[in-house]
Order: sequence, then C-alpha cells, then structure tokens
Amino acid sequence: MTAVPTEHELFKSQNIRVRNRTGRIWRGFFLAATIFSISMLVLLLFNIINGLAGYVAYAGRVDEATLAVEGVPLEDQSKEQLVALLQSELSSGAYNKLDNEQPFAERSRNSVYQLVIERIVRPEVIDTWNLWESLTQADEIRATVASEHPEAKLRFTFWLNSNFVTRSQSSDPFTAGIRTAILGSLWTILFTILTALPLGVGAAVYLEEYAADNRLNRLIQTNINNLAGVPSIVYGILGLAILVRGLEPLTSGTIFGYGDPTTANGRTVLSAGMTLGLLVLPILIINAQEAIRAVPQSLRKGSYALGATKWQTVRAHVLPNAMSGILTGTILAVSRAFGETAPLVVVGASTAINFDPSSPFSKFTTLPIQIYQWSARPQDEFRALAAAAILVLLILLLALNATAILLRNRYSQRY
Amino acid sequence: MATKAQELVLRKSPAGLRRKHRPGEAVIQGLLFFCGLFSIFVTAGIVYVLAREALLFFRDPAVDIVSFLTGTEWQPHISKFGILPLVTSTLLTTFFAMLVAIPLGMGVAIYLSEYATTKTRNFLKPILEILAGVPTIVYGYFALTFMTPLLRAIFGRDAVQVYNTASAGLVMGILILPLISSMTEDALTAVPRSLREASYGLGATRFETALKVVLPAALSGVTAAMIIGVSRAIGETMIVALAAGAGPNFTLNPFRGAETMTGHIVRISGGDLSYDSIDYDSIFAIGLMLFFVTLTLNIISQRIVHRFREVYE
Repeated sequence: MTAVPTEHELFKSQNIRVRNRTGRIWRGFFLAATIFSISMLVLLLFNIINGLAGYVAYAGRVDEATLAVEGVPLEDQSKEQLVALLQSELSSGAYNKLDNEQPFAERSRNSVYQLVIERIVRPEVIDTWNLWESLTQADEIRATVASEHPEAKLRFTFWLNSNFVTRSQSSDPFTAGIRTAILGSLWTILFTILTALPLGVGAAVYLEEYAADNRLNRLIQTNINNLAGVPSIVYGILGLAILVRGLEPLTSGTIFGYGDPTTANGRTVLSAGMTLGLLVLPILIINAQEAIRAVPQSLRKGSYALGATKWQTVRAHVLPNAMSGILTGTILAVSRAFGETAPLVVVGASTAINFDPSSPFSKFTTLPIQIYQWSARPQDEFRALAAAAILVLLILLLALNATAILLRNRYSQRY
Repeated sequence: MATKAQELVLRKSPAGLRRKHRPGEAVIQGLLFFCGLFSIFVTAGIVYVLAREALLFFRDPAVDIVSFLTGTEWQPHISKFGILPLVTSTLLTTFFAMLVAIPLGMGVAIYLSEYATTKTRNFLKPILEILAGVPTIVYGYFALTFMTPLLRAIFGRDAVQVYNTASAGLVMGILILPLISSMTEDALTAVPRSLREASYGLGATRFETALKVVLPAALSGVTAAMIIGVSRAIGETMIVALAAGAGPNFTLNPFRGAETMTGHIVRISGGDLSYDSIDYDSIFAIGLMLFFVTLTLNIISQRIVHRFREVYE
C-alpha cells in the first residue's frame, strides 16, 4: 500500500511544466551519455596519433664527431669511406655477416649510412615528447635539450614509417619494426581459419539442417552459447595444457621429423592458431547459423521436390546461398582473433624473436603481443612504438571489417 | 541373380523408383554431427584440464582449500596461497567498470531507442560497434597512457600510483559500455509500440513513458545485459595486465596497484613457466574459479531472459 501523496507532491507531479523540465534534464543526460561514448572513440584515436610522432632527444654512444675523416663529417662521407669505417670498427665476423646478407657493393650509400648509425654510432634515446607537446612547445623543448643535454641531438621522428613495417624486431627503438609480428599474426590466423572454419560451418549445418529437436541437440546449442561467453584467457589455459603440453609432439612438429630444439616445447604458430581457432569457434558457429537460417525454406522444398537428397540440397542450395553470410561471419570472427592477446601470452608467445616465422612449427609473436610487450616497458620511446603498432593493427582490422561489409552488401540476397 | 531382361523390367517398374541406398549421406551426416559435438568436447576439455591441474594444486601440502579461499596473502615463494587479494582487485576493477558502463550504457540505449530519429540511430550505432570492436590491448594502452596520467593529474601524483585499479576499471567500463548499450537497446526496442502509445494517451511525457513503462517492460533484457557486462569485466585481461599493476596486493584503495585474477595468470605464464611447478598448477586453480564464476553469471543471465521475459501479442 503506497502512502497517500501529500498535497504538495500531488501538485508537483501534476504540474506539466515541472514534468517537462524533468524530462528535458534526463533527455540531456541521455544525449550526454551518447556524446560521451562517441567522444571516447575520438579520444582513443587522438591518444594513439599523439604517440605516433614527436621530438626525440638522442645521443650516440659513440660521438659522431670522432668519426669524421680528414675533416669530412660522417653525414657527408662517401659510400666507400663508410664501408671502410664499418670494416675497421666492427669485428670481422660481424662485417662478413653483413656482407653475406647483401654484398656491400650492391647496397646503396643510404643503407650503408644507416648501418653505420645502427652499428657504430648506436644512438640512445634521452627523452621523447608526444605529438601535442612537440607542436605546441617546440621552443621550450629545444631550450631544455640545449641546456640539459648539450651533447644530444633533437629530431622530429615519425615512429610509423615504411622501415617500421618492414624491419624485424629489435631492442633498439630506432631500428625496431613489426615485420616479424605481422607475419606471425598472418601465420597464426591461417591456422585459426583452418581450425575454425570447417568445424564451425559443419556444426552450423548440423544444427540448422540435420539436428532434431531433442535433448542432446539443445545441449549442444546451449553449450555453444555458453562457450561464446567464456573469458578468452581460459582458452589460453586450455591451449597451454592440451595443445602445448599434451600434444607437444604434434604441435612442435617432432612427429613429422621437425627436430628444431628451439621450438621443441610446442609453443608454436600451430598451437597459437589452433587455440584462437577454438576461441572463435562458437562465434563462427552462431554467425554461420544465422546465415543458414536466412536461406528461405522454399529453396529447400523445391530441391527436395526435384528428388535431391538432404546433403545434395545443402551442398547445392543452402550453402551457396548462405555463403556470403558465412564469409562475413567468418571475417568478423577472424578479426576478433586478430586482436586477441591474452590467450597467446598464456600459450607462450616468444618475448624476443628476430627471425620470421617460416613453418607451422616456428616460434611465434603476433602484432597484439608486440604491442603488449612495448606498452609494458616503462620507456616512452617504446610506448611510441606501441602506438605505431596499434595504428597498423587498427588499419588491418578496419580493412578486414570493410571487406566483410562489402561482401554483405554485394552478395546479400533478398527473397 | 537377375538376368539382364529382368533387370530392365525392374528398372522400369515402380520398384525401381525405390530410394537409392546412399552410404555417403550417412557418412556426411556423421561428420557434421561430429562437428556439432566438438563444442561439447571443448567444454569438457576446459573442465577436465582445469579440474585436473587444480586438483594437483590443492593436493600440494603447501595449499589447503580453506586458506586458499580466505587467505589474504598470495605469495607462492613463501607458500601463501590466499586468493582474496586477487579477488578483491578483480571486484574493484569490475566495480569501476560498472560505474562507467551501466549508467552510460543505459543512457545511450534509452537515447537511441526512445529519442533518436532513425537517421541518427543509423549513424550512431556503427560508431558504437567500432568502439566494441577495438582490441582490448588498445584499451590497455589507453589506460596506461591517458587514464592513469589523467587520474594522477586530478588526484595528485602521490595519491595515485603509476599502476592502479581505478584507471584499469574506468577504461574497462568504456570497453563494456557498447556491449551493455546494444543489449539494452535490443531489449527496449522489443517493447511494442502500443505500450508507449497507451502511455502517451494517458498524458505521460516521453521521459515518464521511457522510465515507467518501457524500462519495466524490458527489465529482464536490461538485467541480463548488466550481468553479461559484469561477467565480461571479470574475465577481461589485457587492460588489467597493463594498467592495474603486477603483484597481488590486498587493498581496497583504487589508486594503488593490485593484480587481478586474470592479470596474475598472464604475468605468471608470461615467463618461462616450468610444468609441474606450483605456479603452473596455481593458474589452473585461478582459471577454474574464473570459468565457474563467468559461466554462472552467463547462465543466470540466460535464465532471466527466458523466465522473466514479458511476452506481448
């Protein structure tokens, strides 16, 4: 029994002006919440772009002035002089290794100069500033560096450049790149697709076309819905125990005669890809089920009427008509796997590898793992590298999702 | 053995129209059934693996289940395995996440379903989907490079540590916001128009209709969205691994670093973990807890939707 309203309350609640004002205030809140959410995306992007470029103060571990030959500073030396410098400063083993990778005669002057900087001068970061600071306080930054670090050089650096994408991993921020990580991601995703696509489409076809409405099939359906809500890190633990440890001979490739001792522990591209495959399987099944359900019943009936069997109907009519939906769903599931980090850390991503993955049994690192490792380091220059890697990741994801949307728009059929 | 003539007769007779024996069909159906069953194997695998290794963990003489559940110190090197520090920090980050995600998510959902025009809605929803599709590691970077400095600027560098649960929790809220808003909006739009029109007909304002008619009618869906949000926050890993701090810490101070359950698993398994060590077994015990808590929340949310859904004709 609610209390009888007092005269004041009654009056207040019946006053249309007051009620409208309350309505407007709340409407303002709802709108503000929406604007806030959207602005978070803008802020997120701004924060990443802010980290992408900016001033860097650095000094060589070897002073460049001491490398001048007959008064010619390092920047102006000819290719032959630079090669001679490399030969005299590096150990003969290191020099020969460089020569073996690509003979010096074939290298351009610029790439030799890069080598001199990387191997002999070895610049060390003293301080970094983000883009916003670099644009608004350039003079202060110059003054600070000049007074506090007179030996240091100041340079405006774009961390995301073509070298960044093509270079392999390195502990030196100026030469670090993400080629290894991108290739690792692609290898991993390949095995994710190989695991999840056949199983996922098979399960979806079974549930939509074959499964009778009985206890077992309802259990399978409920189970798939529940699996989609399991935290991704639990899949990592599953992958660690079953794929890395339990199936070690398979995932490290030793049963195929791959005796590489460095990867014999099963922490390979194959394990990582299959773990992510299990992770996206429920999402893929649910998406594929929706695509199959959208195929009109009349197509199936027509096929049966012509005497086709169940599988003939599925293969020739249901699957082709559902294919664009299935592909869209697959791409969306794969893009989830592409950005996934936690399970791969648990499965055992490598912290530092500087060779590209070349087989299912290679050690692996992926783009998100690389971002995680760079972000986790306290130095600002590595955070800047993380920002650059994040932008690459977001661009790749955007491309994947745009493909999915294009597929949906182009091939979606209305009945 | 039929002669050739007999065979021809058979083929022309109605008996020739008998269904062909096709063993291939059965094989394919069997294969597809196996694909469907595979998801059950995955669940069984998760439960088996977690339970087996967790059992090894609890069998260890250094561990007993009472001190595991009630101990306030998690320090494997001196054999203290109390999970409470990991649980409190998980609850702390979840609390902050919900503080952001529930009011804002509901606000967005009510705005989109009750106020926005179709055009605005079609413009805003994809943007929210993008927000939901950004990988969590990116949010971790955001927490570390934006939210933490912001909190430190507001509350003072001494009060707020570099790694803290508040920053991780707030950013996690931004991550979960689109999930809650899209589920809530689905629930709100499912409420039939006639209810709103009846409410307007009785003289209610738009806000009164939304609050007193639409929201109660969609309550099951809205509650389910919140529970899913909590479950997601508990299982979220990369944001807390980056921003919440390393090292279990029994504290309720949101400005101090404290490791959550998921953060602990990531840190322990990030190094070269040797099998058969107590550390290795401990991540399975924590994983088991994580699995059951999130599974229970997900099942509760499904039950709520099924049991309390108002059905309108």
